Amino acid sequence: MSSLAVVLAQAPQTTVINLAPGAGTPAADPNAPIPTPPVLWAALLPILVLGIGGLVLLTISSLLKKGAPRGFYTLYTVMVAGLSMAAAVPLWAKVNGWTKIAWWDFRDLWWQSLPTEAGPFSTLGQAIGVDGLSVFLILLICIAVILGSLLSDDFLLREGLEGPETYALLLFSACGGVIMAMADDLIVLFLGLETLSIAVYVLAASHLKRAQSQEAGLKYFVLGGFSSAFFLYGIAMLYGATGTTNLVAMKDFLSRSIPANNALLLIGFALLLVGFAFKVAAVPFHAWSPDVYDGAPTPSVAFMASGVKAAGFAGLVRVFVVAFGQYAADWQPIVYALAVLSLVVGSVLAIVQNNVKRTLAYSSVSHVGFILIAVEAATPAGIQAVLFYLASYTFMVVGSFGVVTLVGRVGDGRHSLDDYKGLGRTNPLLAAIFTVFLLAQAGVPFTAGFVAKFYAVIAAVDAGSTVLAVIAMISATIAAFLYLRIIVAMYMTDSDGRSASPVSRAERIRIPFATGLSLLLCVLTTVGVGLLPGPLTELSAKGTPSLVREPARTATDGGLTVGTTGTEAAPGQSQQQG
Amino acid sequence: MSTLVPAFAAVFEQTSEHTGEVTGLGFPLLPVMVLCPLLGAIVIALLPKERVDVIRLVAVLSSVAAGALGIVALAQFEPGAPGFQFVSSATWIESLDIKFILGIDGISLFLVVLTGILFPISLLASKPEHDPKGYYAWLTLLEVGCLGVFCALDLFVFFLFFEITLVPLYMLIGKWGHGRRVYAATKFFVFTMLGSAFMLVAIVSLAILAKAGDGGTISFDLQKVIASQANLGTVTSRLIFVGMAVAFMVKTPVFPFHTWLPDAHTEAPTAGSVNLAGILLKLGTYGFLRYGLQLFPEASLYFAPTMITLGAIGIIYGGIVAAMQQNLKRLVAYSSVAHMGFCVMGLFALTIEGVEGSVLQMINHGITTGALFILLGFLYRRRHTYELAELRGIQKVAPVFAGVFTVVMLASIGVPGLNGFVGEFLVLAGTFIAHRWWAVVAAIGVIIAALYLLWAYQRAFHGEPDEANRTVPDLDWGEKLVIAPLVALIVFLGVYPKPVLDRIEPAVRRVLEHVEVSTGRELPSSRKGADLAPLVGDGHGASHPPATGLDPGAEAEHAEADR
Repeated sequence: MSSLAVVLAQAPQTTVINLAPGAGTPAADPNAPIPTPPVLWAALLPILVLGIGGLVLLTISSLLKKGAPRGFYTLYTVMVAGLSMAAAVPLWAKVNGWTKIAWWDFRDLWWQSLPTEAGPFSTLGQAIGVDGLSVFLILLICIAVILGSLLSDDFLLREGLEGPETYALLLFSACGGVIMAMADDLIVLFLGLETLSIAVYVLAASHLKRAQSQEAGLKYFVLGGFSSAFFLYGIAMLYGATGTTNLVAMKDFLSRSIPANNALLLIGFALLLVGFAFKVAAVPFHAWSPDVYDGAPTPSVAFMASGVKAAGFAGLVRVFVVAFGQYAADWQPIVYALAVLSLVVGSVLAIVQNNVKRTLAYSSVSHVGFILIAVEAATPAGIQAVLFYLASYTFMVVGSFGVVTLVGRVGDGRHSLDDYKGLGRTNPLLAAIFTVFLLAQAGVPFTAGFVAKFYAVIAAVDAGSTVLAVIAMISATIAAFLYLRIIVAMYMTDSDGRSASPVSRAERIRIPFATGLSLLLCVLTTVGVGLLPGPLTELSAKGTPSLVREPARTATDGGLTVGTTGTEAAPGQSQQQG
Repeated sequence: MSTLVPAFAAVFEQTSEHTGEVTGLGFPLLPVMVLCPLLGAIVIALLPKERVDVIRLVAVLSSVAAGALGIVALAQFEPGAPGFQFVSSATWIESLDIKFILGIDGISLFLVVLTGILFPISLLASKPEHDPKGYYAWLTLLEVGCLGVFCALDLFVFFLFFEITLVPLYMLIGKWGHGRRVYAATKFFVFTMLGSAFMLVAIVSLAILAKAGDGGTISFDLQKVIASQANLGTVTSRLIFVGMAVAFMVKTPVFPFHTWLPDAHTEAPTAGSVNLAGILLKLGTYGFLRYGLQLFPEASLYFAPTMITLGAIGIIYGGIVAAMQQNLKRLVAYSSVAHMGFCVMGLFALTIEGVEGSVLQMINHGITTGALFILLGFLYRRRHTYELAELRGIQKVAPVFAGVFTVVMLASIGVPGLNGFVGEFLVLAGTFIAHRWWAVVAAIGVIIAALYLLWAYQRAFHGEPDEANRTVPDLDWGEKLVIAPLVALIVFLGVYPKPVLDRIEPAVRRVLEHVEVSTGRELPSSRKGADLAPLVGDGHGASHPPATGLDPGAEAEHAEADR
């Protein structure tokens, strides 16, 4: 498919700088193998681990006659995600120019095949890019998988739905998300998007005993299909405008030539934005999210709200802020409008809901608005704010839905505000944990949510969008009201709570080990990042995206001087690669 | 603890860069003071909820410890120095130059001490009706926020503490309050958070727009921002001032933003009301003084007539509405609107007397209104009502209670010899110099205060007690001991406010000089260098710089602004 990109780069414009010099020349010998780009397997390892991990899980489960021992699937998924994170660590080290981690000098290991020069790089005919952004999001998506699968463990047992499907789907969808995060080519991005989406559609419908879940899956699928079509059409438009689907080549093209008529380009922007806005659930493309969040199994919702959004924003940032940064003046107004609408509509509609899952769905729409104000800034500080927000939001939202999972009880149906009444008395620990997440989402100081909002506001103000920052903060206040409603339900509506009537067994909710672990991680991170935001700030500052050409070409191109490696052969020069 | 302190000292570097003077103690006094109640809250959270006595003891001890450290600060404070003392700082977010800089000057010193005194008293004065564990934990957390706000010398850290006070108070009102507690708590939270929303954007804009002069690096350090705020254009700085002023106006509260206050006060439990009125309202006026005047001298001058007008409206409106109240707690709440109007007015008179009086009025209002709410708490414990219609002849059955109430009430009215008079007089004197007709209007407010408080007293305490009121017991020893320090302070500050004024004045002078220097305009102050001796005792004015004549131009402008 990377060769596809190379082939696509042969568009008939004369203005296009051909970035693959060898590839264009027609092969004289019809029997000669089609030139293929070199592959840096180490760079693809995080994707492969997740994808193959999912396949192996399905294989193992079909071989097991008696069913897996309790907790096996969860453990397996956590390990696969952990392995994928481990595979991303050398990439992170390479991007940041580390030569060793702690005492371990890894330069002489087999991923030596990565370009020796420190810094971001690309591979597979520059269809896959490895930079701070992609590695940061690999880590984030894997964390979402780990937290989500820990939540699923007891949920599936409780609902009588044990099986490998949920876990395999989580892994596949994470695989798609990671592809999206690394994609430097719109076609690859689309592949990632579809891999992610199809797995998530099934996840949404995976509660076999609830009709609502089936409905949610179908709704998500049909609407998602629409948005994918928009997205694909947008790619086609951009291909028409620039003659390539590769973001690196596209950026190059746009920086060297000014199209006389940029209608195609602008239509392409708009259509791509529709696709992304649907994936991250920005108003007015949010209509699916309350229904899907309400119907889908709660642990899957936790992943949808964290991992899927992270992947969507990865694509959005890479395509618009990085590749089309030059055209910021054209797309910024659209993102501005999306941000304002998401903020206002999300928070206003959230406060009239009586179902906690729907409330959280709308609140997540308003969070998307907050992240969009950082995207709208289109600056490095904005990207940093996006990453910081995504990272802290992952923990807050997974934690929130983790509590909702437990309170939903058997049947996953007790999500109305009434079901939370008196939770502070019957289950003080659970209520306290939920309060932390709700306050964090409201943006109360000394929580991760506050620092995230702060960075988003800084980015917006720094980019000159002070009005947008004011709108964001006002809608954060409106949104605070909805979190307060839940807190009121938990602590303050209990009229007989003043008399210490004993709590019956039925009212008490047991916190199972795996869910408890997930909640503990989320609480610790939410509060820890709020108290000491330094480390995550530095990490997100390093998550800078960049579109890098593949090394061999850049040497001749004169633009970037990234050295070639010994093992690395220049692609497309009729050399055969394994 | 003994090993903790040196480790802590290592984190909090003792700096003198802000003062140019040695900070004295080789011990991070302010950070330890702020963390004392936090430690208490953590211990309370870990204790089992059945051990009510231990929980209460921990809460009281931790707040007494903070109060004691506040007194140590008072004792060690060098009165003549205008700068910040006991400064210590620790880096928090390196890339944005956000530091936990804590330090106090004469203005914040007394607010810190007030917090340290009022919190233990309010803890001792009231008991929650249910769930004591959460109640004490939230109260101690509230104290952390209050102390932090008064000590913070970094815009971001100030905002953090300013905002964090919301949550404990919200929980206290919403869970332990009276009748319409959820409504009141939510209203309080949303109002204040809306103000903070503007303030956050304002702070961020200020730091970003002012950075050009500071070598281009962003900083939230108050001193650095003050030094570089001149980079802002006039219009920009006015806009940012408005953004911050909204938050402070909601918190104070200034007239059109005050509607949350009566509800919050009325429904809050006793300790909540005491600290809300006594300390949290000062966050707003303190913010105006520390951040409004220092960061936006020009904008402060520009908006001073508006603010004085709003202050005057608050005084009259608060007084009239208070007079109409049938609920004692609501009455005291509206009287707070009036009293805080004095603070705002004095502040924006921008004269030494006015600002000094305003700071003193903040402290006085904290003491008297705190005492009033404690007394109302005692009354509620006996009668389970605040309704004036249901109270009669309390004086007959509880003479000591009535006596104490009278003293506190007279202080609140502003009778000479008690603390309320000194602050209000200074405010009126200061305002008279700058905007004399508004001082006349405000003076009417003093009369209205006498009217509503005496009228309420008459209705509740005079006459023959009816059936329900005949069995009201008088104050017991515990209650007398709790209220005694406040009454002592009321009398002491009324008779001899000099030690307090001596410490406030250099800081106030510094703020006003900063305003003068950066705007290049002479502030109206005919009494500059004149002796305040008739008011506050001997030789007070000796250290003042020589009198400078009135600048006719400045006066004319102000006269114009008055019209």
